[in-house]
Amino acid sequence: MREKVAIGSAVAAAGLLTYNLYRMFMVLPDEALQGAIYRILFFHAPAALVGMVGYFVALTFSILYLSSKNFLYDSLAASLVEVSLVFSVVNIVTGSIWARIIWGIWWTWDYRLTSALVCILIFFGYLIMRRAIDEPTQRARLSAALCIFGCVDVVIVYKSIEWFRNQHPGPVLDFRTGGGHMDPAMQTVFGLSFLAILLIALSLVLIRTRQEALAREIDSLRRLAHTAA
Amino acid sequence: MRALLVARKDLAVELRTKESLNAAGAFAVVILLLFSFAFDPGPEMIHEIGGGLLWLVFVFAGALVFNRGFARELPNDCLDTLLVSPLSAADLILGKAISNFLLLVVVELISLFVFGIFYSVRWAVRPWELALLFLLATWGISILGSVFGALTVNLRLRELMVPVIIYPLLIPLLIATIELTNLLLTNQPLTASDFLWVKIIVVFDLVFTALAVLLADTILVG
Repeated sequence: MREKVAIGSAVAAAGLLTYNLYRMFMVLPDEALQGAIYRILFFHAPAALVGMVGYFVALTFSILYLSSKNFLYDSLAASLVEVSLVFSVVNIVTGSIWARIIWGIWWTWDYRLTSALVCILIFFGYLIMRRAIDEPTQRARLSAALCIFGCVDVVIVYKSIEWFRNQHPGPVLDFRTGGGHMDPAMQTVFGLSFLAILLIALSLVLIRTRQEALAREIDSLRRLAHTAA
Repeated sequence: MRALLVARKDLAVELRTKESLNAAGAFAVVILLLFSFAFDPGPEMIHEIGGGLLWLVFVFAGALVFNRGFARELPNDCLDTLLVSPLSAADLILGKAISNFLLLVVVELISLFVFGIFYSVRWAVRPWELALLFLLATWGISILGSVFGALTVNLRLRELMVPVIIYPLLIPLLIATIELTNLLLTNQPLTASDFLWVKIIVVFDLVFTALAVLLADTILVG
């Protein structure tokens, strides 16, 4: 069932992306001030959103693991962090490309850029720590604790860096601004792009969860063989 | 109050061996010296970056203290003995945090003294506000350092793991503390917006102390 959902969402994402790429490049005009480069927004912002949602869903699964000790939740949390990290990196890389063309620089210590980078570093630490623990129960327990600390910290990071410095463009979507900042046709493409990236993330998380479960099974068999020998 | 017993035990051991204090104190002084080669330590420059420089020194030196906190209990299975004693895991983490806090305060005092001499800075212009800021921020660093000292105590590459994990987590606390330290070192008045930084430090301390107590069993016992 899980494989069918993974394949189904990957196929749906591929279809949506193909349609969206056609709309982006063949139907939508260039933006008045930014020219063609504004299209990077259709990948940049959904990647950030999917990444951030992923960390907080991972937090939920970490809490569920601690209350139930069910390894499925640990696998889901680890997979979600891994996939979210990939999308956070996509977000930073696409943002840098946009910034190079519009601002003339690859990077600036603006609050959202800094927060995104801090977020990546926190969850990169989570993955490094997982690698350093061999025993599955200890790995799941400590990873869940780190995920809770990490997610709580991310909220404080965003708030504090927002007060510290701000250069990033403001929100443009209707649900944040009340309307009038982005053409409805562009918002539709943005919405479909978000959906496509969400489906890709779902598919990747399901595949990684399965791999995590298999890796744990192989590890326990290896331990059993070692004890028997 | 059992946490205080743990802190007292740790401080007694530390005063006898002075291993963390000597290492962290010497490390802080070395870093302060090295920074003088990285930039021209003129009066204007030092007023701009003094706070940042000091707090980087403290967190770097703190990592040495935090690594020793729980690792010291590994030989002779002392950690297991502590865990089967009537102490709770929260007592143990809070006790370690209190002793780490006091050790870090000593390292900070040594560093401030050296900083004042090396960089010709009169750091005691507003001593009470600075002291309050240092105590609040040091508690935040100590509680997080102690939690991750406990979390990584049985891991491979433990010494590497603590800084990699805690430095990104400490960023909000460091931003707020550095901002306020710079203001206090240059004797500038605190405006209403500067109190946002105080709020961040207090929230950080409260949230992470609460999380440390809540998750102590998960981290140490399982």
